[in-house]
Amino acid sequence: MKSFRLRMERRLEAPRAAQVRALAVSLFLALIVIGLLFALLGVNPFYAYQRILVGGFGSLYGLSETIAKAIPLALAGAGLSLAFRARVYNIGAEGQLLIGAIFGGVVALNFPEWPRLALMPTMFLAGFLGGALWASIPALLKARFRVDEVLTTLMMVYIASDVVRYLVYGPLRGPEERGFPYSSRFSATAQLPHIDITRIHYPTLILAILAAILLYLLLERTKLGYEIRVAGENPAAARYAGMDTQKIIVIVLLISGGLAGMAGVGEVAGIHARLSPPEGISPGYGFTAIIVAWLARLNPLATLLTAFLIGGLLVGGDAIQVALNLPAATIQVFNGVILLFVIAGDIFTRYRIRLEKQA
Amino acid sequence: MTDSSPTPPAVLMRGITKRFPGVLANDHIDLEVRQGEIHALLGENGAGKTTLMNILYGIYHPDEGSIEIYGRPVSIHSPHDAIKLGIGMIHQQFRLVQTHTVVENVILGMGKGFVFREKEASEKIRELSARYNLKVDPDAYIWQLSAGEQQRVEILKALYRGAQILILDEPTSMLTPGEIEDLLKTLHRMTEEGHTILFITHKLDEVTAISHRVTILRQGRVIATLETSQTNERELARLMVGREVLFRLSKEQIQPGEVMLQVENLQALNDKGLFALKGISFTIRQGEIFGIAGVAGNGQRELVEALIGLRPVQAGRVFLQKDEITHDSPRARIEKGLACVPSERLTALVPSMSVAENMVLKSYRQPAFGRGILLDRTTVRSYSQRLIEQYAVITPSCDTLVKLLSGGNIQRALLARELSSQPRLLIAATPTAGLDVGATETIWQILLEQRRQGRAILLISEDLEEVMTLSDRVAVLFSGEIMGIVRSEAQNLEKIGLMMAGAFRLPQEEWV
Ligand SMILES: Nc1ncnc2c1ncn2[C@@H]1O[C@H](COP(=O)(O)OP(=O)(O)O)[C@@H](O)[C@H]1O
Ligand SMILES: [Mg+2]
Repeated sequence: MKSFRLRMERRLEAPRAAQVRALAVSLFLALIVIGLLFALLGVNPFYAYQRILVGGFGSLYGLSETIAKAIPLALAGAGLSLAFRARVYNIGAEGQLLIGAIFGGVVALNFPEWPRLALMPTMFLAGFLGGALWASIPALLKARFRVDEVLTTLMMVYIASDVVRYLVYGPLRGPEERGFPYSSRFSATAQLPHIDITRIHYPTLILAILAAILLYLLLERTKLGYEIRVAGENPAAARYAGMDTQKIIVIVLLISGGLAGMAGVGEVAGIHARLSPPEGISPGYGFTAIIVAWLARLNPLATLLTAFLIGGLLVGGDAIQVALNLPAATIQVFNGVILLFVIAGDIFTRYRIRLEKQA
Repeated sequence: MTDSSPTPPAVLMRGITKRFPGVLANDHIDLEVRQGEIHALLGENGAGKTTLMNILYGIYHPDEGSIEIYGRPVSIHSPHDAIKLGIGMIHQQFRLVQTHTVVENVILGMGKGFVFREKEASEKIRELSARYNLKVDPDAYIWQLSAGEQQRVEILKALYRGAQILILDEPTSMLTPGEIEDLLKTLHRMTEEGHTILFITHKLDEVTAISHRVTILRQGRVIATLETSQTNERELARLMVGREVLFRLSKEQIQPGEVMLQVENLQALNDKGLFALKGISFTIRQGEIFGIAGVAGNGQRELVEALIGLRPVQAGRVFLQKDEITHDSPRARIEKGLACVPSERLTALVPSMSVAENMVLKSYRQPAFGRGILLDRTTVRSYSQRLIEQYAVITPSCDTLVKLLSGGNIQRALLARELSSQPRLLIAATPTAGLDVGATETIWQILLEQRRQGRAILLISEDLEEVMTLSDRVAVLFSGEIMGIVRSEAQNLEKIGLMMAGAFRLPQEEWV
């Protein structure tokens, strides 16, 4: 009788093709697991997937919504891919996004009558500074005292949420909002223009594309990018070569925080036109951006593509949640499963799986 | 040894072939290991020794070929199968759980009745260690043990599982000379008890010291199997490398020039905060190789780190030519002309990046590699290409990842990079550790050529032969102090040995 068994062999090099294959296999497996979950919820998985695809990509409206959601994901995701390349695990982009939104919003609320050409750049700049400021605390803690950034960046998310909540219930509450936790509406010049009737606030879209290109060039074509890659791949070698590893930690945290902050400005000025409690500003884009960066294999350019895909999932997910009466957390579970499988899939690029016959 | 007896060989491998993507690691290998012998498997790095043994131990499955154990055809699909056949393997990297005790590690994975068997196991381990002279405390935690002791635990683990055939993959690479001697004794003892030993190495002296027979592998093929008593190191070297190896390197007389490094009363702490360097002084001149001999762990690592700026100096001063660098940053020292090949090569390279990118690890800041913030990839590549050619680094291209190069080529690339800056001083720490004879010879030649050109070189090595061959003067480091500085002449060898053991201190007036 013949039987088969699976064996794992370590590879020295993970070829490109194997990486792509691994990604495809992981996604496929993730879809199967999620499909099982759908089945458990009493929904035909094929129907659910079809609805997600149609919802996210199947109509002009769906596509436009997908792009609108891809904007913050791409901006924050590109920044995170930079930080992750340096092996600095900033998982607090959500908090940096929120603080960026507040900074941009405060500018919008205080200078409502500035012309758009002056106001818009100032708001984005303020948002960048806000996000960078929020990331600077974990940055200094890590660079100076070696405090683990995973912990601090995450904790800073909860602090940011509370700060935002305090501000919109208190000092920033619009007088005309009659007790609702909202700021006043932004003036017309403080609101970002859209493509036609869609919610695609194209200034932020352009910023996202620029950020992805610039970060790619930064990594591949500059001395700083080289330092970031060396420090991420082998910190000991970076120190030996006289690189300032603390500076690198600070820089990547500031850039990724700043970009997340700009994403926050895009949301409040491009979608909501005012400040609101944290859940109203972002449904967790900062966290989802982690998946975006990882799916892009930490290549900033590729985050544009993965942000689009995940954006579509979010839109399609919204659609089925409503249409099929699924719990609101469905899409989060969906995303979590995907991240899990993608990271696990890395194993397949490092090992070769062989099926072999046994006598 | 009953050579002509009809007993079947302990191991018979026939026509073993194993391909990895792009490499034929084993090419129709035939290997016969007789019962009760110590069989050396000799070959340069990358010759395919580990792959062959991993096949025997069931970690890899061969693409072709068959295996017989004690004359019985077997198919070994996992280490579990191998253990059942009485085969044990000690890997190059130990596979012990650091936070467990010796006993726990030995019985780990043997299933059922963990607690109950611990006492019994402890007894048996004591008995085994006494029988085979494998000194180790069964209740010690692994992290408390030296590399040599951990290796003993691995051997005990294999014996405990009833291994009759023991494979040791380059077992001496992490051991001190004393530990090597103990290991060899243990192996002899084991053959007396009827064990069969497969001993992988690329060191010729070990082959002649303990093996009964030796099989030489080169580029995945068996070159020869010889009775050790019928051969010599010279022939073995030739078979292993595939060409004549020069054991005599010419070291011409050179008039040393200006002082390039001056170290005065250097003191530094180790990671535990204890003094690892207790006031060290020496100078190195142009055209001089200054050797530091001594058993590892006597302050060598701390000395290198203090010199390159990765470890703070507690007291004393360091001058590079006339510039004081005692408290400079690593970067400032690099820019002032200090180059270093550290003993842990991987701290000086990024294995997952290309050869080209590694070649500029220290020089990328120079304007030649891009104006302002830019890094010009074309220049980086052409620059690396030149170094690759100049130093004959064997690599498919400058875009190949460093981790895919052989040890010898990695070291050559590293030397190429460090020398490319025309440094005022080169520190070379254990520059040939882990390299085979062919690669060692090349590295030695490069260093001697640099000396001829007037380079000042600090050579730190445990390998006395290396220190004596290359250096002009030798200092012996023991317990953070220099015990003496002598010329590297044969008549000083005994003194050096005594100083290495801490048994003799040369009066300062006699230092050269
Ligand atoms: N898992 C692997 N995947 C790909 N190539 C490998 C793998 N293991 C070993 N090789 C290659 O096979 C050859 C033989 O390697 P190895 O058996 O480790 O040699 P040795 O132990 O004699 O130094 C080398 O070229 C090595 O790069
Ligand atoms: Mg090997």
